[in-house]
Amino acid sequence: MNLNFLDFEQPIAELEAKIEELRYLGNDSDINITEEIARLKQRSQELTRSIFSTLSAYQVSRLARHPQRPYTLDYVARLFTDFEELHGDRCFGDDAAVVAGLARFGERPVAIIGHQKGRSTKENLQRNFGMARPEGYRKALRIMKLAERFRLPILTFIDTPGAYPGIDAEERGQSGAIAGNLIEMAALATPVIATVIGEGGSGGALAIGVADRVLMLEYSTYAVISPEGCASILWKSADRAGDAAEAMGITSRRLLELRLVDQVIEEPLGGAHRDPDLTAARLKKALEDQLAHLKGIPVAQLVEMRFQRLMHFGVYRQT
Amino acid sequence: MNWFKKLLPSRIRTNGAAKRGVPEGLWTSCPACKAMLYHAELERNMHVCPKCQHHLRIRARKRLDKFLDPQPRAEIGADITPVDFLRFKDSKRYKERLQEAQHATGETDAFVVIAGKLKGLPVVAGAFEFEFMGGSMGSVVGERFVRAVAACIDKKIPLVCFAASGGARMQEALVSLMQMSKTAAALAALRKRDIPFISVLTDPTMGGVSASLAMLGDIQIAEPNALIGFAGPRVIEQTVRQTLPEGFQRSEFLLAHGAIDLIVDRRQMRDRIAGLLSLLTHQSLS
Repeated sequence: MNLNFLDFEQPIAELEAKIEELRYLGNDSDINITEEIARLKQRSQELTRSIFSTLSAYQVSRLARHPQRPYTLDYVARLFTDFEELHGDRCFGDDAAVVAGLARFGERPVAIIGHQKGRSTKENLQRNFGMARPEGYRKALRIMKLAERFRLPILTFIDTPGAYPGIDAEERGQSGAIAGNLIEMAALATPVIATVIGEGGSGGALAIGVADRVLMLEYSTYAVISPEGCASILWKSADRAGDAAEAMGITSRRLLELRLVDQVIEEPLGGAHRDPDLTAARLKKALEDQLAHLKGIPVAQLVEMRFQRLMHFGVYRQT
Repeated sequence: MNWFKKLLPSRIRTNGAAKRGVPEGLWTSCPACKAMLYHAELERNMHVCPKCQHHLRIRARKRLDKFLDPQPRAEIGADITPVDFLRFKDSKRYKERLQEAQHATGETDAFVVIAGKLKGLPVVAGAFEFEFMGGSMGSVVGERFVRAVAACIDKKIPLVCFAASGGARMQEALVSLMQMSKTAAALAALRKRDIPFISVLTDPTMGGVSASLAMLGDIQIAEPNALIGFAGPRVIEQTVRQTLPEGFQRSEFLLAHGAIDLIVDRRQMRDRIAGLLSLLTHQSLS
């Protein structure tokens, strides 16, 4: 089993392995196999297209959490110049699960905030798998207030399983830190665009997700609780995560239908990790367009529109 | 989202204060000290155990009834009722869960708001009904909270909220998460106008409710020994794989860690909050 591929992608992995094998053979024999490779390549593409056209919500959630999926800093490197990472919440420490800083987006100075997961075990220990503690959210808020004072638009990148459920996090006021970001972000006098690039996990995601525009990469997810968490509470078994994912409607398409997000950015065939450069280019285009639009709106009006947007969330009957 | 409403058949409404499904016995056992308590006595003592001072859970409407002056009173947001817009089904349909909760509690959803007076001071007071799906916050709770805030802004009067909730309502999926930002934004508007918001955390206040409106009070009060936090103790224990310290996530723990201003006994809640509001609003009590 090829670990670069998820279980439902194994038929693609097998084809790709065959292609590799042929290539290897072709190197030390005279037989012309170019044609055969091209044929197999095409079949692999078709197979990928077919598998990806019918992904279940749970399969999407697996892609959103793919270990090779580009993380915040992968996009920062491709989207921005002059990035200066800024550290610390000025109260307790610096949380590596959140990266924040200033950079240039094209010509325009912006503030960047994002969750950051790690690739290696060592890095994941440092980044805490992208699960922030209160100091992470407070660092994010500090940079947001900085951006507001100096009239910099804020671009946030959401990719977290959720806020860290730990003893220390509770001691330092995890709830209060998240709530503090929500109330402050609601009234920030500068444009805010949030993009879910991987896992949009609950309150920990929302803590940097209150925005004028919310975008999602195609195979990212955004939910009030993880499919496994929801399943273990409502179905009393984490094995029912597939049902939970389906019921909650956590995919970008579904959330666009529900008008909870504004734009879905199409990913390359097979997902963002198959072509990070192309994904970044599309993300850049989307952010440029949205930002150009938001920059044209006077700030007071922008804040009022954000407020109205938040007030419209909810479905109920009124008699 | 009007198009949602159009899709839905009109159904029979349940009224605010219907009778409760379960008849109450004469005796209740205190969950903390196991003492047998005479129900009328417990009632007189505001559901605080006279033996060990344990604060038993109290129904939302009863709490507001004991908190506010007898007159005047006007309920806010009773005309807003829940809808199963995702047709969510786990082991049971959300629609059925709603009907069951409505039948069992006599409430239409998990948050009750009443505009009234507190020792002569006009206030809006809201309380979570924990018996209604664990006091979980969905669209109706969020909207009623926002309307409570709007009434406060309109009349320039303080807001008091008694939280008791497991968090966001999973059956409303991401829409329930958005209630966190919605209620927080409403409180931003209240804060801008310098209208006081007193948040009372009662047992339990967790998850999405704790990480939004409940932790945004100008003054944060907790009842004694209430469980208050973001992640549930079980989830934390599974994550960190160590035993949680004694008293973890209890009111006294939060006070020691600087997360709340005060711990107030339920029986003094009315006096103490009235006193604080009198100081903050420069008004005298009657």
